[in-house]
Amino acid sequence: MAKAEFKTPELSEYIEVPDLVEGTMEHITCFVAKPEHQEALGFPGEKKENWKEVAIDKMGDLLSRYRSFRVYLDACVKCGSCTDKCHYFLGTQDPKNMPVGRQDLLRKVYRRYFTFAGKYFPKLVGAVDLSEEIVDDWYSYFHQCSQCRRCSVFCPYGIDTAEISMAAREILDAIGIGQKYCNEIIGKVHAIGNNLGLPGPAILDTLEGLEEDVWEETDVAVKYPLDVKGADILLVTPSADFFAEPHVDGLIGYGKVFHEAGVSWTLSTTASEAGNFGMFIGSYENMRRVSLRIRQAALELGVKRIVFGECGHAWRIAYSFLNTLAGPFDFLDPDYPVPQHICEFTLNEIEKGTLEFDKSENDDMSITFHDSCNVARASRMGDKPGGQFEIPRKVIKSVVNNYHDMEWDTIHDRTFCCGGGGGILTDDLMEVRVKGAKPRMSAFKNVMEEKGVTHLAAICAICKSQFTKVFPYYGMDMFQIVSVHQLVSNAIVMNRKTPPEEAPGYGEDDDE
Amino acid sequence: MSSVYALLFIVATIVLVIGLARKIAQYAKAPAPLKIPTTPAPVTQTGVVLRLFREVVFFESLFKSTKWTWLFSWLFHFGMFLVLLRHLRYFIDPVWLPIQLIQPFGKYAAFAMVAGLAGLLIRRIFVDRVRYISAPSDYLWLLLLLAIGVSGATMTFVIHTDVVAVKQFFTGFWTFSMGDLPMDPVLLVHLTLVAVLMLLLPVSKLLHIPGIFFSPSRNQVDNPREKRHLVEWARKLEDS
Ligand code: HEM
Ligand code: SF4
Ligand code: SF4
Repeated sequence: MAKAEFKTPELSEYIEVPDLVEGTMEHITCFVAKPEHQEALGFPGEKKENWKEVAIDKMGDLLSRYRSFRVYLDACVKCGSCTDKCHYFLGTQDPKNMPVGRQDLLRKVYRRYFTFAGKYFPKLVGAVDLSEEIVDDWYSYFHQCSQCRRCSVFCPYGIDTAEISMAAREILDAIGIGQKYCNEIIGKVHAIGNNLGLPGPAILDTLEGLEEDVWEETDVAVKYPLDVKGADILLVTPSADFFAEPHVDGLIGYGKVFHEAGVSWTLSTTASEAGNFGMFIGSYENMRRVSLRIRQAALELGVKRIVFGECGHAWRIAYSFLNTLAGPFDFLDPDYPVPQHICEFTLNEIEKGTLEFDKSENDDMSITFHDSCNVARASRMGDKPGGQFEIPRKVIKSVVNNYHDMEWDTIHDRTFCCGGGGGILTDDLMEVRVKGAKPRMSAFKNVMEEKGVTHLAAICAICKSQFTKVFPYYGMDMFQIVSVHQLVSNAIVMNRKTPPEEAPGYGEDDDE
Repeated sequence: MSSVYALLFIVATIVLVIGLARKIAQYAKAPAPLKIPTTPAPVTQTGVVLRLFREVVFFESLFKSTKWTWLFSWLFHFGMFLVLLRHLRYFIDPVWLPIQLIQPFGKYAAFAMVAGLAGLLIRRIFVDRVRYISAPSDYLWLLLLLAIGVSGATMTFVIHTDVVAVKQFFTGFWTFSMGDLPMDPVLLVHLTLVAVLMLLLPVSKLLHIPGIFFSPSRNQVDNPREKRHLVEWARKLEDS
């Protein structure tokens, strides 16, 4: 799997629908999970002898357990409405990256084994026998889908290719060829508690470092508590927030907001990860196991509320699935939604008037906001549909003077994926990531040129990591991506002074 | 010959009704374990009904996407819908007033239907992306519906058939006194193709008709934080 040379696409002013070029991305494949990664999740370690049977059985099993899968495989009329909606198609021209082209890789097998027409008239309806080549295609193209759901917005039946990709990955896992990136990470969460495999002491160390930094910057002793029993709020945040730019600046911001709001809060070692890659591989069981850690932590720490930090797919699972997977949360304070998004929390405090900002602190930047797919198309914030678009923008506009949206057909529920979601944020898929970022990069470049925008703000750990990596391919600077709560952190005025003995390291420097 | 057609339509009706009912039962029985509405989504059941209404009547999502496909598709479906309503007069007696009132429009709706279908066919042949995803059956459906539309319009506007006898034939079904079907070739072609459509509908992509109502991304209420959603097989995991 040598690193393939590839050309970064040229950016265009508008979204251009390219001509088809078959097979441009056929060579793509990502590392296969090792036996130990597979087995830790309850999957066979190696490709099974009787993989064909197992695959068809698994497909049958999923058909009986998921209405989405069943209906979506039948209902497609090949109208073509979704064909030009996928960023991977727009960036690669490969017809198997058109949403319906991707679905058809699975649908043609479904038709052959599960439908009358496909059993008796396969040629007529494009049904084919399962074969080695088809499994290769599945492995390649279902790992070129970021499960962003953009296709489902434009499909007259809401057919969501993300659901098909999840099912396909589940079938692949069942026959023993899982993806290394996702499965290894899920194993780490099961074993250690977060995607990065950071043990408790490492997290503690980071948090103490943050307390010192904030103290030096503001002369206020903002706490970044870990495993504090009896705190009111459990903050669950992606583990990237513990170590990398610009994520960690967001974490600093959450702490400052909590401090100014005067609430008690804590992080947890066992639930030190908001992300849940169980969704990417379509595994309800793994997704549930990862989610239960959060319930467990909330119970052990005796908190009253759960708040999630900035992460897109994590928010989908938190908002849409957590109650199902790990509920009911009747032991938490019923006056607050479970869980709450940090942007909901911050906006609520802004509206209550507890926070004061000096917007000019952000005057060196002009901001635009990237709607992360899973927040935009698979969740909500606030109590009205569309709150997921309004609330983060309101937070941003409260803390910056210069804000401009990108083109209307590239934001809100039409937002383009960063190119790295859905379990493909791995170096072995760099070509897919760079090419898939093209539509988002185009829209960003346009707003830079037309409105003088300098920075892209996001509320997703995957988006932030992805942009950090792909900006340079498009001639931009990796620091042009910022966290929303980084902007909050820059502008917030620290009015709640703390007594000197709360300062980090107070009383330790005895020898002075 | 009339009895052959009578038999054909009895079989076609049975296949259509039982086939569709089985599919609908299958969709209804398949659980949807997670809340996956494409958001922004309605937060109430009434909102969901309105969302589906807009999808079924106006093809809202398709409209967001490709205006040409939307136009052709809507002409075809809405034309076909009026034509079907008009056809009710061959099956019921006395004819209800609303059906009588639409007769003049119903007549011309056939043109909308055929024009829409022709547009869709041209698109399927000439747009490379749509051509790539098309199987032979995708063309055949358009041709079948075109042939039904054209043969029907031919009888309305060019070679009239004895509609009184046709009505006698179909209303007679209920009382086993169908009389004789006129042996006009155009009529026979029209009826044969309609029977073929009825026979194939439950095993084809025309399952988008029940499918749209069962699509979780369109028919779910967006209220997962307020109300716990749990299906049977997922509950079993909790017990173990
Ligand atoms: C609930 C009622 C229905 C709804 C909401 C509906 C909706 C749609 C939509 C949105 C499309 C996609 C656009 C297109 O390619 O035309 C479509 C396609 C199609 N529909 Fe329907 N439809 C309905 C009933 C029917 C019926 C009763 C038939 C035929 C008996 C039918 C036949 C077709 C065919 C053949 C296509 C594919 C057209 C093509 O090849 O481009 N539909 N339908
Ligand atoms: S879910 Fe997103 S990445 Fe996957 S096919 Fe649809 S548009 Fe493409
Ligand atoms: S938009 Fe929906 S129905 Fe149309 S081709 Fe795509 S998946 Fe099929």
